Amino acid sequence: MTILTETLKNEKTAEKTTHIVVEKPYSNPYYTGFGLGLVLLAAFVIMGRGLGASGAISTVTAVTVNAVAPEHAQSNEFFRGYIGDGTTNPLKDWLVFEIIGVLVGGFISGALAGRNKITVEKGPRVSTRTRFIYAFVGGSLMGIGAKIARGCTSGQALTGGALLNVGSWAFMLAVFAGGYAVAYFVRRQWI
Amino acid sequence: MNAPFYKFGLFGMDISLVVAFIIGIGFGFALERGGFGNARILAAQFYFTNMRVLKVMFTAIVTAMLGVFYLSLIGWVDLSLVYVSETYLVPQIVGGLILGFGFIIGGYCPGTSFVSFATGRKDGLVFILGVVFGTFVIGELFPYITDFYYSSAMGKITLPDVFGVSYGMVVFAVVVMALGAFAAAEWGEKVMAKKNAGK
Repeated sequence: MTILTETLKNEKTAEKTTHIVVEKPYSNPYYTGFGLGLVLLAAFVIMGRGLGASGAISTVTAVTVNAVAPEHAQSNEFFRGYIGDGTTNPLKDWLVFEIIGVLVGGFISGALAGRNKITVEKGPRVSTRTRFIYAFVGGSLMGIGAKIARGCTSGQALTGGALLNVGSWAFMLAVFAGGYAVAYFVRRQWI
Repeated sequence: MNAPFYKFGLFGMDISLVVAFIIGIGFGFALERGGFGNARILAAQFYFTNMRVLKVMFTAIVTAMLGVFYLSLIGWVDLSLVYVSETYLVPQIVGGLILGFGFIIGGYCPGTSFVSFATGRKDGLVFILGVVFGTFVIGELFPYITDFYYSSAMGKITLPDVFGVSYGMVVFAVVVMALGAFAAAEWGEKVMAKKNAGK
């Protein structure tokens, strides 16, 4: 009898605790950076290449354009480069699979720390609508910039940075310069 | 040991996609741990209140740089087989500036926006749609900017080539620079915290 009541109690307390979502603080940045560096090193050693992100979006975009207007896509050097010659499925791409992993890994980490929630990240002084407009405009600029620069923060700054690539270091400095140059004008969105 | 394994034919294309998925999981996990699924944390870098972006990025770069340097030194990794993209200096600086604008306006970069979306951030999803739109726009404009895109081509070139010093010298310089940047970041955060507390 005593054992039974005890398990009931435990169940009750367990039920109560599940309603309180404890959001853990983010990890130490240096440990996190070390972990991220090991992931990048693993990519170098196993694959002979680094990480990436914007390339996956380019592939998906090119495949979409090709599905809607095949002739138009084939006549464009940029889209054609991501669609390939038709012998293999363009979505069977290293970066596309890596990004699917990123989604899974991000979700797992967020779930373990109680940080997964449907929300919008913004400062207290702007509306959600304004935040969405900024997010879309910023994303568009990111898409344009990443193509001209031949990669984004992952493919150029991180990967090329660790391999001492000249273009990647010039790119990285330009990213920080661009960010700091504009930060003052969009401060309302964040602080 | 002969690495990179893929380049030495240890496994084929299909297995490489499995590797991509697993490495992606590690990548996404690390980004979320660092707080990079949260646009406010990323944006704070540009107001000097939270320098996580710099700390995580430079620690990662230094870790991977030292790792691949020492592994090549003992002959385990053939560094010449690790892919390095060719340098087109001016387009990469211009692209970097535009990307920097997009970073502080939109709050993410492509990789971090996927993590933010995976952890339920709606602004992350809107940002991804923006990147798709921007990629479409630049794709459509590509025929008109082809000359600029291929301008100032320098081929495969690394910092040791430019400065005419050994690879190890540059590795050492980057480590010293990173340590300096970390010290400055820690100091800057303290100054900003004091300033904000005084408000």
